[in-house]
Parts: sequence; structure tokens; C-alpha cells
Amino acid sequence: MTETALYTRPQSLLDMDMFYCPGCGHGIVHKLIAELIDEFDLRGRTIAVAPVGCSVTAYDYLDVDFSESAHGRAPAVATGIKRARPDCFVFAYQGDGDLASIGMAEIIHAANRGENYTTIFINNTVYGMTGGQMAPTTLPGQKASTCPEGRDPVTTGYPIRICEMLNTLQAPAMIARTMVDSPANVRKTKQLLKKAFQCQLQGKGFSLVEILSPCPVYMRMEPKAAMEHVRKNVSAYFPVKVFRELATE
Amino acid sequence: MSKRVLTSGNEALAEGAIRAGCDCYFGYPITPQNELITYMAVHMPRLKRVFVQAESEVAAINMVYGAAAAGKRAMTSSSSPGISLKQEGISYLAGAELPALIVNVQRAGPGLGSIEPSQSDYWQATRGGGHGGYRVIVLAPYNAQEMHDQPALAFDLADKYRIPVMILSDGQIGQMMEPVVLREESPCPPPKPWALTGAKDRPHNIVRSYLPRAGLLEVHNKRLHAKYAQIEKNEVRAEASDLDDAKIMVVAYGTSARLAGGAIVQARKQGIAAGMLRPITLWPFPTAPIQSCLDRVKAVLVVELSAGQMVEDVRLAVTGKVPVHFFGRVGGGVPSIADVHEKIREVATSL
Ligand SMILES: Cc1ncc(C[n+]2csc(CCOP(=O)(O)OP(=O)(O)O)c2C)c(N)n1
Ligand code: SF4
Repeated sequence: MTETALYTRPQSLLDMDMFYCPGCGHGIVHKLIAELIDEFDLRGRTIAVAPVGCSVTAYDYLDVDFSESAHGRAPAVATGIKRARPDCFVFAYQGDGDLASIGMAEIIHAANRGENYTTIFINNTVYGMTGGQMAPTTLPGQKASTCPEGRDPVTTGYPIRICEMLNTLQAPAMIARTMVDSPANVRKTKQLLKKAFQCQLQGKGFSLVEILSPCPVYMRMEPKAAMEHVRKNVSAYFPVKVFRELATE
Repeated sequence: MSKRVLTSGNEALAEGAIRAGCDCYFGYPITPQNELITYMAVHMPRLKRVFVQAESEVAAINMVYGAAAAGKRAMTSSSSPGISLKQEGISYLAGAELPALIVNVQRAGPGLGSIEPSQSDYWQATRGGGHGGYRVIVLAPYNAQEMHDQPALAFDLADKYRIPVMILSDGQIGQMMEPVVLREESPCPPPKPWALTGAKDRPHNIVRSYLPRAGLLEVHNKRLHAKYAQIEKNEVRAEASDLDDAKIMVVAYGTSARLAGGAIVQARKQGIAAGMLRPITLWPFPTAPIQSCLDRVKAVLVVELSAGQMVEDVRLAVTGKVPVHFFGRVGGGVPSIADVHEKIREVATSL
């Protein structure tokens, strides 16, 4: 009897134990990225930018050339890399504190210049790495260590919808929001990431996929409940949607 | 034959950087360095090289970081308030050991200050203005020719030691027009096997400064400091003039050195034996060249466009062996040659 492997670890995913908490969305998305790098045969020409956040050591898991970036500056670092090496495939991986708070200026201007690189934006509605503080994406009423009574929009404003904001700009080639709350949506997310990769490979310009993602620890829930929370509550505020998409098949 | 042109210091520097093989320029407008970014905007695209006007100095330095990580010769330029914003990025460049060129055409501060020339960023430049305890090599040009020549040296040193290099100029040198002999050169940066190029047929490269595992960061820091010690040993540059018989040693760099040079000529006419030691590298600081004169000189005079910053390094070099005097103006004030001459006379009468 011969054995056929129906599923193997993607080649671009290193054989390492991930240090992410059980039920964290980062690991799911890393795997999708690795699969796509393999499918497009991009390992030999990929340069990735890691954020400051829980996924700062994404290079421990993804077997491609990697640069760290200062907190929020990934779009500027990716701009420098892509301009320096236009033939390379460049993606930046950013969290919501990184992208939507400290790095807001950099992401808007990279998008507005139509920089031809891909942003993978993990929105888990909290600051994971620093211990669950309020993020610009924290939902109204959601408890975090710096809003212990729940986020009060009167004094802290409302969660920022990045895709909608960037969608006011003319240059971006792709803007989409998705979530990794279920196997079906994980597959959908992969399809959207594939389109974003294609956008860049076809030279269409800036592409960003926002991924609503669970952080069970600081959402203060069991992993399964965090998935449901993403599906029911997070996506109610941040609608899952393709805002624009210019890649051709 | 080499071509001679009349040009501003800022444009001379820009052309020098281009000739030194600058692949990528990222900047943000600020006076008194605007001639530099403007020159790059015209000439880099013509040469099919990278020019980006960034949304801020923060973005510009991080673009430099990206291009340097990708193995290219990258630079940015700004003036004092913008250089403050670049400090985070410079710390990351230092931590990740990326070569890059940063130009500061200093203006007066603190705060928004004014666009008048100043040398009040000496501390920021030579102490590693960002966090973490690092060094950058700091070069101090004093005329348009050196503005033109130093980018080549800066890129070579940056590549050799994998370290950010700063050219610390000021608004006066940046904006005045002088004849410059244009460099003819064919830059050849060393191979950069650590650079990010796509991991084709090799293990992946990682550009990082985050080393959370116990002990690793200490090892990394020790390596950085061993490298800094090498640089201190090998790369000190200074120019001595009229020091063989000098009783008064003036120490000054950049615009101050121009003023001091004129004042020394006046003093010599009156029989005062003054000479000058002009640091060309501010870090590594020319401690040994200063010390080698201490058996002859009776007093040292430091001239700066500040309330006295480099004078601290001079005092550390002199270690109390002779008196160290200071003369400077602050807040954009520039002394005349006569003012400096008067100070030299005062020091001479105190001997
Ligand atoms: C300049 C600076 N400010 C603050 C920090 C501390 N810090 C590290 S990660 C982080 C937020 C991370 O949150 P997010 O981007 O949402 O990513 P997550 O950890 O949730 O994946 C902060 C504030 C830092 N490293 N640098
Ligand atoms: S803190 Fe949250 S984001 Fe960070 S690893 Fe844990 S679950 Fe993931």
C-alpha cells in the first residue's frame, strides 16, 4: 500500500513551534502566506517586513528574507525596499496598533503613493504584545487594560475603519477586509491574499488586506468564543468586504 | 581634466553623493537644506535612481532603512528639527548595522528656532541622538569642496563598518557659493551578503535589532562596541595648520573653523603664535591629535556656534594640562573674524 500525503507543511513555513497563544490568528495567517509564497514560487525573490507587535518574530516562522521595522514604520521600510528592488515581491505584516495608531501617517502615504507592495493587516482590536491595551480599533464598550471600564467613545473616539479611510484615496489597487473566524473564511482570506499578491505581481500598485483576527487572551475569551466574537461583534463594526480589486486573473 | 563649477554647498553635496553611487534618496523639505532635496529631485530620476519626497522625516529615515537593508547606497538629508525626528530611525539603523548617509545642515534651535546657521546639534550627532547607546560616524565639512567630497568617504565608511554616517554641516556652508572641483570616480561598494535580495539558493537573511533571548543582546552590544573601538583607532581625521610653533591651539570645525582661520591670520600678523586643529571627524573625535600638541601649546581656544558642546570633548582630551577657553555665539548668531581675533588676543594676554 502506498501512502500519499494529502497535506504537508508549506515549504516556506519553518518547522518551528510558534510562540503565539492558543487560538491566536497570527499563526493561521502566517500559514496562508507561506502557502501562497510556495504556490507563486516567490521564496527566492520575497522580502518581508515584520511589525512591532506579537508578530515581530514572524521571520522565525516564514523562511523568506525579512526586515524588522520600527513600530508603525513598516510602510516606509517597505517603500524603501520596493523602490530599491522593484523586482522583488515585498509584503509588510502589521497589527492594528502598529498600522492604525502610531503608523497611521506612513500607511496613508504609502497607499496614496500607490506603492507596489502588499500589506497584510491583522486587526485583533487590541495591543497584544504590550499586554492588552486599548487599540484604535477597540470596540465601544470593549474592556482593555487602559480602558478598564470598557472603551468610552466620548473620551476615546470610535474604532477607526482603515479600509474605508484608505478607500477614499485614488491610487490603491486593492483594499479588502476579511476574517479568519472559520475554515470557510480562512479559505476566502487566502483567495483575497492571492489577489493582493497578484496585484503586486502585475504592477498594479498598493494592496491591503485587513484580516479580523482573534486574540483570545486580550479579548478575554476562550479561543472558540473569540472566533465567535470576531464573527458576530467585530465584523459587525468592521464589515467584511472587497472595497476594490484591480488584479486580473 | 576635472571640471570646476561654482555651486552652493548643498548642491555640491548632492552631486557628490550622486557621484559616490547613491542609489536612493529620501527626504522632506526644510530650510536651510532645500537646495539638496531639490537637486536630488531633478537629478536622481534622470539617472534612473530612486528619489522619494517622504511624508515626514520619520518616513524618510525609515525608507533609507529599507533601501539600506536591501543592500543599496541610501541617504537622507534634513536640518535640525527634522534630524530630531530621524533619531528613532538612526537608532534602528545602528542596531541593525545598516550603512546609510544622513546629512544635517544645522540651523539654530531649540524648537523651531530659526533658519540661521548653528552648531548646536553637536551633542545630538556625536552622542547617538537616539536611544540605546550607539555611535554614528560624524563628518564635518568646512567648505563646498568638502561638502562635495565627503559623501564618498561617508558611503565607504558606512559600508566598511556597516554603520550610519552623518555629515554635520550648517546653513552657512550649505548655502554659500564656492568653486568646487567635481569628483571623477567609479564607486565600488563592497559585496553585501547580509542584504535582503530574496533568499534565492541561500538561507533567509534577517535584518533585525530585536534580540529578546537572554544574553544575545549583550553579545550584540559588545560586538557593536568592539567595532566602535576599531573605528576610533582607524578613522580619526583632523587637519592641523600653523601648529608647529603655536602657543595657542584653536579647535574649531565647519563654519567656526573658517572664522577661526581668518582670525589666526590676523593674530599671526601681530606676532601671536596661534594655530588650528580642525576636526574632520567629530566622532571618532581627534583626541590623539589634540594631545600630541599639548607639550607645545600653552592654551586651547574652542570656537563653536553654540554655548559650548565640542569643548567638552576637547577638555576630555586636554585633561587639565593647559587652560581650555571657549568662545561661541548661540541662537543663530555668527561672530565676525574680528570677534574671534579679539578672543585670541585675550587668550594670548592671559599666557
Ligand atoms: C515607539 C514604540 N512605542 C511603543 C512600543 C511598544 N509596543 C510594542 S508592540 C505595541 C502594540 C502592538 O499592537 P498591535 O500592533 O495591535 O499588534 P499585536 O501585538 O496585537 O499583534 C506597542 C505599543 C514600541 N515597541 N515602540
Ligand atoms: S497576545 Fe493575542 S495577538 Fe498576541 S500572541 Fe497572544 S493571542 Fe496572539
